[in-house]
Order: sequence, then C-alpha cells, then structure tokens
Amino acid sequence: MLGDKEAKRIIDEALGYAKEATQAEVMLNTEESALTRFANSYIHQNVAESNTRVSVRIVLGKKIGVAGSNDLSSEGLRKAVENAMTIAGFQQENPDFVSLPGPAPYENVNSYNQETANASPELRADAVEVVCKKAKAAGLVASGAFEIASGDIAVGNSLGVFAYAPYSNAAISTVIMGDDSSGWADYASSKVSDINAEAVADEAVGKAVRSRNPQRMEPGDYDVILEEYAVADMLDYLNFIGIGAQALQEGRSFMKLGEKITGDNITITDDALDPAGFPFPFDFEGYPRQKLTIIENGVARNVPYDSYTANREGKPELNNGHALPAPNTYGPIAINLFIAPGNSSKQEMLKQVQHGVWVTRFHYVNVSRPLPPTLTGMTRDGTFLIENGDISKPLRNFRFTQDILAAFANAEAISRTTKLQKGFFGGTTVPAMLIRGFHFSGVTEF
Amino acid sequence: MEDLTAEALNLAQAQGAQYADIRTLERHSESIAVKNGNVEAMALSDDEGFGVRVLVDGAWGFASSSRFNKSEVDRVTALATQIARASARTVQKKVQLGEPIAVKGSYRTPIERDPFEVSLEDKLKVLLTADENMRRVKGVMVAQSTYDAIKTHKIFASTEGSYIEQDIYEIGAGIEATVVSENDVQVRSYPNSAGGQWGTQGYELVTGLDLPGHAEQTATEAVQLLTAKQCPPGRTTIILCSSQLALQIHESCGHPIELDRVFGQEAAFAGTSFLTTEKLGNFRYGSDLVNIFADATVPGGLGTFGWDDEGVPAQRVQIMDHGILVGYLTNRETASEIGRSSGGTARAYSWNHIPMIRMTNISIEPGDSNLEQMIAETEDGIYFGTNRSWSIDDKRYNFQFGTEAAWEIKNGKLGQMLKNATYTGITPQFWGSLDALGDRSEWICWGLPNCGKGQPMQVGHVGHGAPAGRFRNVEVGIVK
Repeated sequence: MLGDKEAKRIIDEALGYAKEATQAEVMLNTEESALTRFANSYIHQNVAESNTRVSVRIVLGKKIGVAGSNDLSSEGLRKAVENAMTIAGFQQENPDFVSLPGPAPYENVNSYNQETANASPELRADAVEVVCKKAKAAGLVASGAFEIASGDIAVGNSLGVFAYAPYSNAAISTVIMGDDSSGWADYASSKVSDINAEAVADEAVGKAVRSRNPQRMEPGDYDVILEEYAVADMLDYLNFIGIGAQALQEGRSFMKLGEKITGDNITITDDALDPAGFPFPFDFEGYPRQKLTIIENGVARNVPYDSYTANREGKPELNNGHALPAPNTYGPIAINLFIAPGNSSKQEMLKQVQHGVWVTRFHYVNVSRPLPPTLTGMTRDGTFLIENGDISKPLRNFRFTQDILAAFANAEAISRTTKLQKGFFGGTTVPAMLIRGFHFSGVTEF
Repeated sequence: MEDLTAEALNLAQAQGAQYADIRTLERHSESIAVKNGNVEAMALSDDEGFGVRVLVDGAWGFASSSRFNKSEVDRVTALATQIARASARTVQKKVQLGEPIAVKGSYRTPIERDPFEVSLEDKLKVLLTADENMRRVKGVMVAQSTYDAIKTHKIFASTEGSYIEQDIYEIGAGIEATVVSENDVQVRSYPNSAGGQWGTQGYELVTGLDLPGHAEQTATEAVQLLTAKQCPPGRTTIILCSSQLALQIHESCGHPIELDRVFGQEAAFAGTSFLTTEKLGNFRYGSDLVNIFADATVPGGLGTFGWDDEGVPAQRVQIMDHGILVGYLTNRETASEIGRSSGGTARAYSWNHIPMIRMTNISIEPGDSNLEQMIAETEDGIYFGTNRSWSIDDKRYNFQFGTEAAWEIKNGKLGQMLKNATYTGITPQFWGSLDALGDRSEWICWGLPNCGKGQPMQVGHVGHGAPAGRFRNVEVGIVK
C-alpha cells in the first residue's frame, strides 16, 4: 500500500510533468491480492500478486488521451504523461467533453481492515481444510476459492482534486459435489474475520446431500423461490444491460424515468457508503459517490452519472460519482447495488407455493435480448421441486429465458434478510424472492 | 535479465522446491474506440512484471510482482514457496510433470507491418471513416469502431534448464451499429461481434478487413432488424455462419476438452465437463464430419505461439476424429495423469497469472460443401449470422445461442430477415446432426479475445477455424 502521503507525492509529481495540458488527472491503484483455490478436496492453485497501476488522463482543449503503466518511478511517470500527451495531440476534439470534475468533499468510510490485509497463506489453507473435511465426512468432494485483497486508490487532478482511500475484501465460495448432486455457498466481507468457513461448508454440504438423484421435469412457467445468489445475478445483469446514464442517453435503456417498470415492492439503490456492502467513498475520477435511488417502489427514478455524461446534458449537478477508470466507453455504472428487503422469509415463501421450483443459483447468465431486458442461463448447485409448500425432491437443472423486469414485476414475496455478493470492485446486496410464472425454456442432462 | 531469473530459480531450489519456473513479461498495448464521430477512448498501456511458480512437496505455489528487482525477486520467490507449503497441507496426490523439458529458443510472430509503427492518424482515419459511413445510414443511433494492438515480450526459464524468449503480436478491429426504437434495441457488427476479428498478425489484418467498405451494409442491416420478423419458435434445419460455428466450437468443444476442467479443477467457477476420460477413444461426440484439431501453429491464429508457458512447443493435436473423442487439451500435469505428453496448451494471460490449460486454435476441418450449396439444398430452415449471446451449462451439455441477425431459408433460397434469433440444444445431439460443412475456401480462423477462465479470472486469447455448417432438426426461437 502506498499510503496517502506517498500517493499525493506521486500524483503531484506526475501532474507536474503535465503542466502544458489544459487539464490532467492521475489515478493510482496498488493492490496485494491472494487466492487459494481448491478442487477434489485439495488446494490445486495458490497464488499471490503485488501490483501497482498508474493511469494518466490528459486534456488538451477538448482532446483527451489516456496512458497507463505499472512503473511508478519518475521515469515511468514521465513516460506515462508523455504517452497521454502524444495521444491527446492526435485526438479529435470531443464536443461533448466539458471538464474533469473539480474538488468536492467526500465522506470517510471504513473501507479497510488491517487483519484482512495481513491474512496469510496458512489462514486461507486453514479455512480450506475446514471445508474439505466437512465434504469428505459427508462422502462428497469440495471445490472453491478463498480470496483476499487489499490496497489503496488515489485520484488527483489539476483542478485540485485529491482523493485517497484504502480498501480490503475477503470472500470464500465452495461447490460441494457428489456423484449426481452439488451444493453452493459463499460469503463475502471487507473483514476476513467475518468469514465462517464452517457455516459456508455446512450450507453447501447440506444442498449437495439433498440434491442427490435429481429428477427430470418438463420446462415451462413455474413459481420459483430464488435464493439471494440467483437474485444477485439478475440484478447485476440488469445493471450491465442499461441502468447507466450512457445507455439512457443512447436510447438503449429500459430506465424510463418516472414510469413504473417493476412491481411496487421493488426498490433498488446504489450506496457506496453503506457498511453492509463494500464501502468506498469516491469514484475513479475522485468524485464523491452519492447514494442513488434507482428504482423506488417499482418506479424508475435515477441513473448513475459521471462527469462526462452529466456535462453532456449540460447539467454537471447530475454527476453522482459513478465513473469507471478512463478511458471508458461503457459509461458510468452502479457498483454497490442493494435491493430493499421485504417482510417474508424463505420458509414463509415456501408455504405460498403449491407447485414450483427452488433455485439456489444461476450459471452462465447472458443477455438474450437487451430490450425488454431478457436473460438466459442455467440453474445450478441445488434445484428442487416445491410441492404443497415444501421441498419434495431434487430436479435436473433448467435453462431459463426470462424478461427480468417482468420477473421483478411478479415478485410476490421478498425476504427480510439480505446477502452480500462480491462484484466488480463493489458488491450486490439482495434478498431472496418468490416470483410467479418464471420461464424455464429447457432442461439439461443432470 | 538472466541474472534475475537464475536468482529466482536458485533460491526456489535452495528453499526446497523440486521444480520452479519464472516468467517475465512486458506488454505494450494500444486501444482506440470511435463512437458517433468522437474518438471516445484512445489509450496506451505498459505493463510489466514477473511470476514465480514453485512445486514444493508435490504442491504448487505462485507469487508475482510488478517490481522486477533483486530484492523483490527474493521476496516473491520466498512467498511462492511459503504458499506451496500451505498448499501441501491438503495434497492428496503429488503433482507429476512427466519427463523434464529443457528448451532454449526464441519466437516472434511473423508480421508484415508492425502495428506500432503505423501512425495514429492512419488508424484513426480507418475508424473515423467507418464510423462516418455507418452514420450515413438513416436510423443508426450509435456507430462504434474499435482497434486494439498488443505487443508482448516474455521470457520463460525453469529449473529444468529451459530459457525461452517470445515476442507475440496481437491485433483486432471491428465495427458495430446500434439502432433503437421505443421497445427494441438491435446491433449489427462486422466482421464479428465482441471486438471484430483478432489474430496474431500485423496491421495487415486491419487493412484486409476494409472496415470503411463494410460500414454501410452493416448499418443497413442493423436498421432492417428493427422491422424484421421475430424468429419463429419450432424445430428446423439451421445453417451457422463461420463465426457463429467458431463460437459453437469454443463453448461446446473447446471448454469441455480442457483436461483440467475434466478433472474437476474448474468445478467451482465455470464447471466441469461431460467429456470424462473413460470416453477417450470411444465416445461419439458428433457426426462423421466432426474432425477437430487443437493447433497452436495456425498462421495468424489468435491462439498461435512458439512455446506455451511451460516451455512445451506449439503443436497440432487431434481432438475429434470423424466424430469420436480422441484427444484433450493438456498441460504437463494433466497429460502425465493420462499417460501422454503435454499438448502445449498451458498459458497465462500475464505475469501475474499462473499458466493453465487454455484453448489454442481449436478448429473444425472443412468439408466439401459451401454456403451457397448448403442453402440451395435446404427446403426450409434458418441461416444464423454473427453471435449476440451465448450460454451453456456447467458440464457443457445444454447450450443456447443468439445471433444478431438471421434469415429464413425457403425452397433453397434466403428469404426475409429475422430478429432475436436463438437456437438451443444438447451438445452431442447437436454435433451429431451436422450434415454439411463449407470447404477450405470458406474456412476462417476467428480470434476470440474474451475467453474467461480460472480464479482469479484470466482472459484468454484463442482462435477457432470454421466454415459455415448445417445442422438438422434444431430447436429455434426461444423467447419469453
């Protein structure tokens, strides 16, 4: 980790090489990460990485160039600035570009945990051993990963922005497999001490035991109980398809602001300051991340903006701190998503289903059609038939093809508890849901 | 450089490693994206670092760093051995690598024109002209042109005596037009979706694509999609264009033949494989037309190199012989488990990744038909063009693909355009229904720059050669 003083020194040095630019921005990211991977109940891959990245964005008038490097020496910084200047010089003017953001105060959040940063290979191996022993005791095989990352991000620009924050995160996941069954569990937190390998193993082993001898059932429309893992996938892909300002500006988005697009009981927010997620105070332009209500009681309310998309509409006040690292053709994006909890539980949901399907999680989800936002994918690691309010037997995995907004319009019950899933830099925190009339378009061989 | 690689290898052995290797990598990349007349992204990136892999007590450890100096080499090597010892606590069967390999050599991608010596103005002119030509077509909402070039210099050294230097050039370019209406979004790309065409080639790849010359047709088809008929549901004969057949190979053949996946090493991420080892030599995967090779020597293929990241030479390995499974993608560790030598497919994306089994160029041999003939022989069917979506289950049986555009085939002729076209199937049944393939003149080696595998996930750059192919009795038109 660089620390705030060293990060400021490096950024100031790089900005000093960019005096001829109209504006300049420097982003630093250092990260120490490690991942212990296991399969067949032993560790087969075990890795660690130490990396630093510097990215320089140069503005010449309305021409923009970006260069990156992982050489933080004076020579490396000077070269990165020169490369960015060269590129900007060759650029065409971008009439939509107005300015990099100016300084704005950001809240301090507790995004870093020293114990997590110090986690050793032995600590990870201890947790993996717990999972493997639990699987073996049940006559099953364990696979999974235990990952740790810590580092810091700093952004500074020639308009006076300087933002710095450290971060850490830890996540464990496992698939427990039998001859014809499997179960999944994961857990993520910014603190490694929150990871309870035993609980994760118990959840996955339990699923793998219960899903033995799965039966084939014809595809069709079924009431489903989707565990948090599956709901998180749906939300992440909805986000990817078109929640951001750029998708809205290009007419590709399903976010028709002010219109009802899901059921009354769906409220989706993005909140990088909520300690229940992976909090981080500013975006990749150093602008404070702001809490955003994206869908409120089913009504599309707001979309994530960065400085470029906000200025493109002539309203810099729209910037709500959702920039990705430059250069960014994707546009701003929400990376700390939450679906508001409801007032049910999985057991209460079960009692509301006469004939339906319990889905633990999805696999290999992809966008089948961007509008209406339709996903396809498989169920995996614990799919069960629900009959008369109870789980009756395991099922072979289904393929689903489903309009996700329509699914969120048919969410009849939502759990009062939520679960955090690790995502791109941030996380997704969602409840489980009972959804009526979910479309399974196919079934597989296991 | 050799001093520092030797430092790591000697230190690893002194600390108890039975085997160690070190890879250093320097990568220079250039990326340009033009959107609606603006150069929306233009970036140069330099990346360098090294990774040390050690085998201690039969278990692997790996550590890497972006700072390549003596003290960091010592720290990283010690960390790798510490990690390997932690791994060894759970080991069930010690890793075996087969016969030692000691190679000294060098390789450089054969290129006609170094992309980094072509001026930025020339590259921008191509992209801006293509962009402008797309936007001339009324109704285009977003026109986008992209260009990427990557130059990688890497060194591999091992305790078995290998020392290999490689310079790999990769390049890719493409265009896409997006159209929207109140309730619809459609995209049409050229020459392929997801970044266009890629290869280990020089700037001649971009010149050969003639992006400006294909822009108007691409944009016109995008606009036509808005009013095209919905792909109807049912069972019918389908013909896949060359690039879609390439992706079909990727998902339903390339991944399930990765022997680490077969052995369960990817179970917790993208899953395992139905092509288990008892099927080797006897399992009918597809029809007699299915002859598939893994070939890391295809000129210009994106999966082409000199040696893999274990120092095994690039080679051509048969995978499917007239529909029968006869081979796998292997590295040293997995090959030794089935009594074979490595097929040379261990690759790491960068210095900070471990080498794992990655597709090289996994290609189907051409047949004796051609697209025109296949259409002429089809009474009723659908022609699918350019991938839009893909999904497959965690054993690689049940798949569903969508393409950007499709066309009805009626009485041996292409008919009206269809949108939101999808098809689905079960892998061996689907490949069993292949009854015609285009000939060598229609065979193209497509580069896919976005293959994800492993944890931490690594991007793989792979190739797939294919002509168009025809499949019978396939379920199509899956929508909700």
